[in-house]
Amino acid sequence: MNLPTPDELLDKLAAQMLPLMRSDCAFLGIHTGGVWVMDALAERLGADVPRGVLDIAFYRDDFSRIGLHPEVKPSRIPFEVENRHILLVDDVLYTGRTVRAALNLIFDYGRPAAVRLAVLADRGGRELPVCPDFVGAMLYMADDEHISLVREEDGRLHWVLKQRPVA
Amino acid sequence: MIPNLQLTEDGRLRHLLTLEGLPARILTQILDTAESFISVAEREVKKVPLLRGKAIFNLFFESSTRTRTTFEIAAKRLSADVVNLNIATSAQSKGETLLDTVANLSAMQADMFVVRHASSGAPHLIARHVAPHIHVVNAGDGRCAHPTQGLLDMFTIRHFKGDFHNLRVTIVGDLLHSRVARSQIHALTTLGCPEVRVVAPRTLLPRDVSSLGVHVHHRMETGIRDADVIIMLRLQNERMQGALLPSAGEYYKHWGLTPDKLRWARPDAIVMHPGPMNRGVEIDSEVADGKQAVILPQVTFGIAVRMAVMSILAGN
Repeated sequence: MNLPTPDELLDKLAAQMLPLMRSDCAFLGIHTGGVWVMDALAERLGADVPRGVLDIAFYRDDFSRIGLHPEVKPSRIPFEVENRHILLVDDVLYTGRTVRAALNLIFDYGRPAAVRLAVLADRGGRELPVCPDFVGAMLYMADDEHISLVREEDGRLHWVLKQRPVA
Repeated sequence: MIPNLQLTEDGRLRHLLTLEGLPARILTQILDTAESFISVAEREVKKVPLLRGKAIFNLFFESSTRTRTTFEIAAKRLSADVVNLNIATSAQSKGETLLDTVANLSAMQADMFVVRHASSGAPHLIARHVAPHIHVVNAGDGRCAHPTQGLLDMFTIRHFKGDFHNLRVTIVGDLLHSRVARSQIHALTTLGCPEVRVVAPRTLLPRDVSSLGVHVHHRMETGIRDADVIIMLRLQNERMQGALLPSAGEYYKHWGLTPDKLRWARPDAIVMHPGPMNRGVEIDSEVADGKQAVILPQVTFGIAVRMAVMSILAGN
C-alpha cells in the first residue's frame, strides 16, 4: 500500500480544520498517537489553543476480558470542559470503540458545547456509529493488517504496518 | 505465608494478602496506576465505570473506620456495588465459622472480599477457599500485614521524594504489634530503599527484627539523624497496661516526635503516620500539624492506591 506520510496528512487535516477554529476551542488528544497528532496540529493551527490528554484505559469496554492496561497514564484536561468546543484527536480510527470511551471520559469532566473528531487516518471497519468530522486519509486495509503511528526521538512521525492474526 | 497464593500462574496479582514476596514490578504497577486515579478525584464526576456490576464486600471482623471508609470510597469511585458487613455484630456471633460466612457471601455473587481480621492469616485462609473468580484484599490481619497501607505509604514517599534509591527512611514506634511496619519494610526493601532504620524501645521490637534487613536503633537522636522520611507508628493504649512501657509520658519523652527531635532529620524530611494519631504520645501536635507532616495526603492517596489495587485485581 502506498501511504501518504503523516506530515502530508497533517497538512491536509489542518487545512480542513482551520476555518472552524474559534476562540472557545480546545484540543483533546487520545494517548499516545492522538497526542502526537494533536501537538503537530496545534503547531499548524495556533499553539495558543488549550490542549489536554486522554487515557481511556478506565473506560475501555474489554476490561472484563483483558483486565486493566498495565501502563495507564493520567488524563489531563487543564481547562473547563463545560461549554467548550472540543476537537478530539486520534491517529487511526477503526472500530470506534476508543472514541466511545473517550466521549464518556470527556463527559465526566463536564458538558462540552460540541465534540468534533479529527483523525489522521480512517481505516474503516466501524463497529459503532462513529463518524469523523476531519480525516487525513481513508485507508483500505484487510482485517489482519495493523497500522500504527510511531514517533522518532527527533519528533518525526511515521507509519508502521504489520500483519497480525484476526482477533 | 505462601506468597504464591496471591499470584496467578503467569505472575499477575490475584489476591493482595501481603507485600512480602511481591516483585517490584507489581508494586510499581500499583503505584503507577494509582497515579492515574489521583486525577479522577479532581474531576467533576469522581467515578470511572471500571467495576460496574461488580460486588465488593467489606468484611471487617475488627473495626476500623478510616480503612473501611477509604476502601468503600475507592470501590464506589470504581462504580462497584459495595456491601459493608460489621461481622462483630452479625452471624459470627451466632456461631457461624469464617469459611461458612464467606461461602454464604459468595453465594450472593460476591466478586471481591476486603478483609480486616484480628487473627493473622485470616485473609489467606479465605483466599485459599474462594472460587477462582473471587479476589481477596487484606485490609489488615493481626500482627501480620496491612499491604494497602504499606502501598499508600510508598506512594506518599514517591510523591514527595521522587524515588527510593537515595533515601534514608526511619520507622519509629511499636514495631512488635505493628502490621503496618512489616508491610512498609517489605515494600521499601523491594523498591530499592538503601537504608531503613527502626527506632523503638527494646520491649516493642520483635525478636526477628534484624532479619528484616533494617538498622535497629533505640535512641531517637541516632535513629532519625539525617533521615529523609520519618514514619511514626501508633502506640496502642493497651500496650501501656501490658507492662511493656512505663507510661505515655515516659514514651513521649524518649520516642515522641517533637519539633526539637525533628531537627535531627534532614530539613526537607517528611513526617508520616498511618493514623489514628495519639497527639502528645508518639507525636507532638506541632509536628503533626507542621509543614513537614504529610499525614492527610496519605489519607487522600490511600483512596487512589486502593482503587488501583481493586481494579488490577478485578481485571486479572
